[in-house]
Amino acid sequence: MDKIWLVIKREYLSRVQKKSFLLATILTPLIFPAIMGFFLWIALDDLERPMLSIIEVVDENNLFFIESSEQYAFSFSKTPLEEAKRMVREGERFGLLHIPAQDLSKPNGITFFSEKTPSMGLITFIENSLKRRIEEQRMYKAGLDPEILSAYRTKVHIQTVNLDISGQEKISDATVNYALGFFSGILIYIFIFVYGNQIMQGVIEEKSSRIIEILVSSIKPFQLMVGKIIGIGAVGLTQFLIWIVLLSTVSAFIMGYLGMNMPQQELLIAANSEFTQDLSPNSDWMQALQVIQDINFVQLILTFIFYFIGGYLLYGALFAAIGAAVDSPSEAQQFMLPITIPLLIAYMGLFIFVLDDPNSNPSFWLSIIPFTSPIGMMGRASYGIPLFDLLLSMGLLVTGFLFSTWVASKIYRIGILIHGTKVNYKTIWKWLKSE
Amino acid sequence: MYILEIQHLNKSYGNTKALNEIDLHIPSGMIFGILGPNGAGKTTLIRIINQIIDKDSGNILFKGQPLQRKHIGHIGYLPEERGLYKKMKVWDQLVYFARLKGLSASDANKKVNQWLDKMEITHWKQKRIDDLSKGMAQKVQFISAVIHEPELIILDEPFSGFDPVNAEVIKNEILALKERGATLLLSTHRMESVEQLCDEIAMFNKSEKILSGRLSDIKNQFRNNEFEISIQAQYEKEIPHTWKLIAGGPEKTFLVSLENQTTNELLEAAMQLGQIKGFKEILPSMEQIFIQQVKTHSNG
Repeated sequence: MDKIWLVIKREYLSRVQKKSFLLATILTPLIFPAIMGFFLWIALDDLERPMLSIIEVVDENNLFFIESSEQYAFSFSKTPLEEAKRMVREGERFGLLHIPAQDLSKPNGITFFSEKTPSMGLITFIENSLKRRIEEQRMYKAGLDPEILSAYRTKVHIQTVNLDISGQEKISDATVNYALGFFSGILIYIFIFVYGNQIMQGVIEEKSSRIIEILVSSIKPFQLMVGKIIGIGAVGLTQFLIWIVLLSTVSAFIMGYLGMNMPQQELLIAANSEFTQDLSPNSDWMQALQVIQDINFVQLILTFIFYFIGGYLLYGALFAAIGAAVDSPSEAQQFMLPITIPLLIAYMGLFIFVLDDPNSNPSFWLSIIPFTSPIGMMGRASYGIPLFDLLLSMGLLVTGFLFSTWVASKIYRIGILIHGTKVNYKTIWKWLKSE
Repeated sequence: MYILEIQHLNKSYGNTKALNEIDLHIPSGMIFGILGPNGAGKTTLIRIINQIIDKDSGNILFKGQPLQRKHIGHIGYLPEERGLYKKMKVWDQLVYFARLKGLSASDANKKVNQWLDKMEITHWKQKRIDDLSKGMAQKVQFISAVIHEPELIILDEPFSGFDPVNAEVIKNEILALKERGATLLLSTHRMESVEQLCDEIAMFNKSEKILSGRLSDIKNQFRNNEFEISIQAQYEKEIPHTWKLIAGGPEKTFLVSLENQTTNELLEAAMQLGQIKGFKEILPSMEQIFIQQVKTHSNG
C-alpha cells in the first residue's frame, strides 16, 4: 500500500508541478468566456452606434406598410424597380424589397435585393410584417374584424410537473435538464480521453525508456499500474476543481460587467417575434429558475463525481494496458478501437436517445451498461433517476472497472517487459490466457 | 554461507526453453559472474531472482529462505537496458527509487546525499536527467541500484554503455561494495570484461549451465600446458621447430607447448639458447574455455 502511495505521489506531483499544467489549467477555462465576452462586446458595440440602413420598398399592390426600426428605415417612394435597383447598386440604399402584384391567397414572387446578404433577423421581421398585413386583408375580405379576432387570441402553456412517491411535486423543464446532461456528459467524455491518454503516454514512457525494469524489481506491476491511474486521475480532478473555481469567478465577473446591457438585446430579439408576451411573470425564464431551484444539486454533483471517477477508472485501466502492449504512441492507434467505439456510442447515444427521452429503452441501456453508463447516465441525472436504475448502473460500473483492471493488469504485466515485438490482438489474447 | 541457492530452476516462454534445470550456489561476499552469449538465459535468470517474472518450477533460496517479495529490499538491480525519468530531477528520482525499495523518507534523503557526494555529482542534484551528460546519468543509474545498500547486487552487463573513465569508477565501486561485505552478481556476454573481477563464475549456453566454479580452479582445469619464454639469444643453437615465435628482436619470445616434458626440462633446453628473461604459464582466456566447452557439449 505504501508503495502505491509513492507512485501516486510521484505521478501527481510530476505533473502538477510542471509549468505547462499551470498554464493549461489557467488558460483553458479563460478561453471560452474570453471568446464569449469578445463577441458580446462586438455585438454591444454594434448596438451602441446603430447605422441606419434604408430599404426601398417597391410595392406594386400599394397595400403594404412596414414600420421602420432604429436600424432599418423603409422608404415607400414609388420609385420604379430599375431605378431602385440602381440605388442599391450604387450604395444609396441598403436593400430593395420588391412586392409584385399579388393574389393574396397565394402570395409569391416577393424578392429582397441587396448588395450584402441580409441578416436572418431582418428577413424574418419583413416576412412577419407582410404576413400580418396579408392576413388582415384577407380577414377584411371575409368580413372578419381582425381586432375582434385578436381579442380572442389565447395563449396556452402547459407546465410539466413530476410526481414522486414521497408526494413531492417538481416542475420540470427539459431545456435546463438538457443543458446539465449535455455538459456533464461531454465533460466525462473529454476527461476520459485526455487523462486516459496521459496514462497511456506515461506507461509508454516507462516502457520505452526501460525504467520499468527497475520499477518492477521494486514494486508489483499491478501496484504500479493502479498507482499511475489514481495519480493521474487526481491530477484531472485537481484541474477540474481549479476550473470550476476559475470559471465561476470569471463568468460572474463578465456577467456582472455586461449584465446591465443584456436585457436590451433580449428585448430586441423579442420585438421581432411573437413571444413578446412571454416576458410575463409566468415566463420560461421564471420557470427555468424554478426548475434549477428544484434540482437536487448535491445528488447531481455526487452522481457526477461517481460516474466521472468510475468511467475514468474503467477506461484508464484499458489505456494502461494498451500503453504496455506497444513500444510507441503511433503503434497504439491499432488498439484504440475498443476504447473509441464504446465511448462514441455513449456520446452519440447521449444526443440521440438520452437527452431526447431519458426514459426510453435505449436510454435505460445506455445508462446501465458500464462502458456507456458514465456518459449515458449523466444525460439522465438531472431529470432524477429511479433508485433501482441508479443502484444497478453504479453496481455494474464498479464491477466493470474491477473487471477491466483485472484484464488490463494481465496484459500490462507481460506487455511492459516485451520490446521490439509486433504485438497484435492474437498475442494479447495469449497473454490474457497465460497464468 | 550461500546468499542465493538455486535448484532445478526451469522457465519456458511458450515452446522456447529459457532455463533448463539450473543449479547455482552463490556464496556470500564475493563477486560471482554469470557468463554466456546473448540468448543463453542470463537475463531470464536475473529477472526471476528479481521477481520480475515467475519461474515455472524449481527452488530459489535467499539466505536459506524461499525467495519472497520481502527480499526485494535486500536486492539491488542494474538492468542491462537502463533508463531514468528524463524530466525528473536527480535528487527526486533517487529518493523515489530508494523509497520504492523500502527506505524511510529520512533514510532515503541521507543515503542519496552520501552517494551523490561519493560520486562527486552533488552539485547536479537539482538538475533534470535531460540536462546531464551520459556519463553523469550512468552514475545516477548506478546509484539507483545500490542506494538501499542491498546484500545482493545484480548488475546485468555492468560495463556496457559506460565510457572507460566511468567504467573504471564503477569497477572500483564494485570492489568497494565487495569489501563492505555485499555479494555481487555480474552478468555479461563480454567475458574478458569481468575476468579480473570475479571470484566464481557460471557459464551459460542455450538455457543450460555448462560450467561453474572458482575462476582459478576453472583456469587450472583448462590449462593446456603452454608457456611463454623470453630469451636473449646468445648461443648459436638451433631453435626447436615446435617453438612458436611471437615476438622478435634481440630478445625473442616463444610460445611453447610442454608436450611430454616437465617444466624443468623445458627450462634446461631454453638455457642452451641464451639468457632467459621471462618464463610464465599461459592460461586460457574465459572466451577460449567457453568455446571449447560449447564444442564438447554439442559433440557429446
